[in-house]
Amino acid sequence: MLTRAGDTVKFAVIVFPGSNCDEDAYHAATAVLGQKAEYVWHKDTDLKGADVVVLPGGFAHGDYLRTGAMARFSPIMREVRTFAERGGPVLGICNGFQVLLEAGLLPGAMLRNRGLKFRCEHVHIRVEQTDTPFTLACRGGQVLRMPIAHGEGNYFAEPDVIARLEANRQVIFRYTTAEGELRDDANPNGSVSAIAGICNDTRNVVGLMPHPERACESPLGSADGLLIFESVVQSLKAGALVAGA
Amino acid sequence: MIDPQVLERHQLKPDEYDRILQFLGREPNLTELGLFSVMWSEHCSYKSSRVHLKTLPTEGPQVLQGPGENAGAVDIGDGLAAVFKIESHNHPSFIEPYQGAATGVGGIIRDIFTMGARPIALLNSLRFGALDMPGTPRLLEGVVAGIAGYGNSMGIPTVGGEITFDPAYAGNPLVNVFCLGVAKASDIIKGVASGVGNAVYYVGAKTGRDGIHGATMASAEFDERSAEKRPAVQVGDPFMEKLLLEACLEVMKTDALIGIQDMGAAGLTCSTSEMGSRGGAGIEIDISLVPQRESGMTPYEIMLSESQERMLLVVKPGREAEVERIFEKWDLHAVSIGRVTADGMLRVRERGQVVAEVPTGALTDQAPVYRRPMTPPDYLADAQRLDLDALERPRALDAGRTLSSPATHGLFALLGSPTIASKRWAYRQYDHMVRTNTINLPGLGAGVVRLKGTDRALAMSLDGNGRYCYLDPYRGAMLAVAESARNVACTGARPLGATNCLNFGNPERPEIMWQLAKAVEGLGAACRALGVPITGGNVSLYNETDGAAIYPTPVIGVVGVLDHADRVVGSRFRAPGDVIVLLGEGSGELGGSEYLKLVYDLVRGAPPALDLDRERALQELVIALVGERLIRSASDCSEGGLAVTVGECSFGTGGIGAELSVEPVNVARNPHLNVAATLFGESASRIVVSVAGDAVTAVLKQAAAAGVPTRVIGRTGGDRLRIATGGDIVIDVSIEEAERVWSTAIERYFVKKVA
Repeated sequence: MLTRAGDTVKFAVIVFPGSNCDEDAYHAATAVLGQKAEYVWHKDTDLKGADVVVLPGGFAHGDYLRTGAMARFSPIMREVRTFAERGGPVLGICNGFQVLLEAGLLPGAMLRNRGLKFRCEHVHIRVEQTDTPFTLACRGGQVLRMPIAHGEGNYFAEPDVIARLEANRQVIFRYTTAEGELRDDANPNGSVSAIAGICNDTRNVVGLMPHPERACESPLGSADGLLIFESVVQSLKAGALVAGA
Repeated sequence: MIDPQVLERHQLKPDEYDRILQFLGREPNLTELGLFSVMWSEHCSYKSSRVHLKTLPTEGPQVLQGPGENAGAVDIGDGLAAVFKIESHNHPSFIEPYQGAATGVGGIIRDIFTMGARPIALLNSLRFGALDMPGTPRLLEGVVAGIAGYGNSMGIPTVGGEITFDPAYAGNPLVNVFCLGVAKASDIIKGVASGVGNAVYYVGAKTGRDGIHGATMASAEFDERSAEKRPAVQVGDPFMEKLLLEACLEVMKTDALIGIQDMGAAGLTCSTSEMGSRGGAGIEIDISLVPQRESGMTPYEIMLSESQERMLLVVKPGREAEVERIFEKWDLHAVSIGRVTADGMLRVRERGQVVAEVPTGALTDQAPVYRRPMTPPDYLADAQRLDLDALERPRALDAGRTLSSPATHGLFALLGSPTIASKRWAYRQYDHMVRTNTINLPGLGAGVVRLKGTDRALAMSLDGNGRYCYLDPYRGAMLAVAESARNVACTGARPLGATNCLNFGNPERPEIMWQLAKAVEGLGAACRALGVPITGGNVSLYNETDGAAIYPTPVIGVVGVLDHADRVVGSRFRAPGDVIVLLGEGSGELGGSEYLKLVYDLVRGAPPALDLDRERALQELVIALVGERLIRSASDCSEGGLAVTVGECSFGTGGIGAELSVEPVNVARNPHLNVAATLFGESASRIVVSVAGDAVTAVLKQAAAAGVPTRVIGRTGGDRLRIATGGDIVIDVSIEEAERVWSTAIERYFVKKVA
């Protein structure tokens, strides 16, 4: 656990058998950010003292049934839930977001993309709220460029759920144009209200479809994703500062 | 019981049967006959192509593994090896596009990780009938979705490739898939069985009746019992393969394996006999121990099943429990099904009783080899003749489109041709960024992935041109190698090795055999001259429907290394105000060109000439220029010629235009055709580069020293593509309009359906 602001933050990267962005998240946390990270196997029952948990992208259990549908039964998910309930920061990326939805840690569900095809490309998302551990380094309304890569990223929830998300400011990212405009052709998958990412009502669990870990180095086409990881590092260090004071 | 009908159903010739009798010294039983029939099939034995393939250059100081293993490997420095190979899945993809293509990807990925390498990139080369022919969009959609479905689930980025449309492939689409992996050079593992008594393990999916081919396998008994249960094409399970990949790589780290091989074509038969034969050993298995998906499977069916996602391993003595434990972690069960023996026999038992017993060498190294008759095809002499002066004004020009000039018409026709147009519709369905190594996004030129933990990157490209090979297989094949290596060189990478996929018609026809032999000759000549030995590949024959063969289509994959990943250049212009330089020079060759095909509906003439020494000098020049950071972009000039290449360099840049002045060529009496030849001729060995103003002198000096004819042809900037030749402005179009045509040509075939 982080006790002093000078400590490095420790990321737990959860590995399901079909995870395939686990190494990318690990690389972003360690090689790019200079923090510590550890892979945690889905059958494990211990988060190894991590300060932040990342559920990476991929196809957790093949996902032939429904994306993320079986992952919630993995033993490690009980630990993730406890960690989240204690206020620990949890980030679900792409399939990780889908797993959080299936596990009930975030509300809503994913449908197939509106065009019925897998889509991999850079998109723009607007930061709607900065008071989460994963967005506090962003400016409100800031537009980030990040890749998406999914076939089922069409976020859906019943109107009352959406209304509650909006009222509680739980919509964290929306798909927009490069200028930050909401436009239908800037929404790559048909998500309701152009939702690209949300948080839970205690704001410490965030899920998003775009891949910040793929946008941490400029040779890859964008380094905007760094802000997401830097946010959580800052957030934890600030927390440690308060706790240590 | 083995009568002529049975032999015919197994596609074995009478003299081949005599050979079997000699090897066994007795009549084979039906199971044994099945083993011979699959192992002696063209696909497994290369019996028609082998004598020709033997002439290919396969050696070089960089080659760590040449042909004969699951994949080839080259040394890329830092103690690392690039392991790569190409394979075809043409026929299955025509029958069932999604699963056919998906299992093709699955198969080539297994070939790579079987060598102990972590797969890090995929490419594909696809050929279909014309996109406006009925059925083509459905095939394209299925194949692309199948490749995406498998590759994306595996988390291996698809970083490039090519898609070509031509009526010649309407009845026989080509689906060639390529995979590249990286391993420690010292840790490469081979498909070999040795050490008498060592355990032979089976791991992966259960064996079913899928993939047991009607053509090579049926017996009367077999048909009666199970014909309806037998799907023609295997079904892929990428999740199972992902488990196998991770588990196998983990097992390989332990040093507990003697050898490993995937069960691809000919399944258990091929993996057992090849592993035994390579190790000079025998293998004995009991098929009642093989995990089975269906009940009542016969030894024949189990040995010939091509169920996907299965591996065969030989484990060092005393290490069995360790290996089993790793597979258990991944919820896989490794089952010991037999032992390595000393007698060189493949012995198959069923509950202890021997049901087949055949020397492993008889199935593999000693398979028949044919030197089939060859003759040049009748069409050739006429097809190679091209008289530009006899061409009439293209009708499309008068068909009411209000375009300013024949040149503009030609440019838009080419940009809108699905073969040249943007393939974004396809590649955005492929996860091309996973693993966060892709530093040259797909779309144009070679795919480039960096190697974390080193300064290096690998570049790779697949290229082929069936039309050129139809007109001259020798030169066409050379051009394919040259283009592939040139694409790699344009990124700044040094080409190191190549893999080839030879797609041809029926080799029993002498003219097809001639095409194959000439193409292999051309491949060999170009690979030798350009320093890219062939490290492996695949041959796909009998690509014919109703007696009509595809164009002879060798597809070449070249792999190269960039010592400094951060110096990589892309093919697009970077900034306005840069100087555009043409390395190499054209002579307006229109033979076999996309322009002639599109505008005149002609497939005629000789493909462009190729001087391999000049090609090599050009490639070395561009590699040096990138290495010294003297150029900002580099793009190979090929299909569609110079005008299309420069247009493509402008696309995707947010509208950076270009203004050019190019030397006219004089190849015809008709001035329109001279302009067309200048703009759209496909002369080889040319690269368009953009250079910052202060580096131009250095670039020209180096080019002169390298003996590469080089000329400043224009400047980037503005929002139009404007080309002058011989004092006249012949093209003046907005980049935005040109890009719209180029970027929507394929999409529009699919948008209509949804709307």
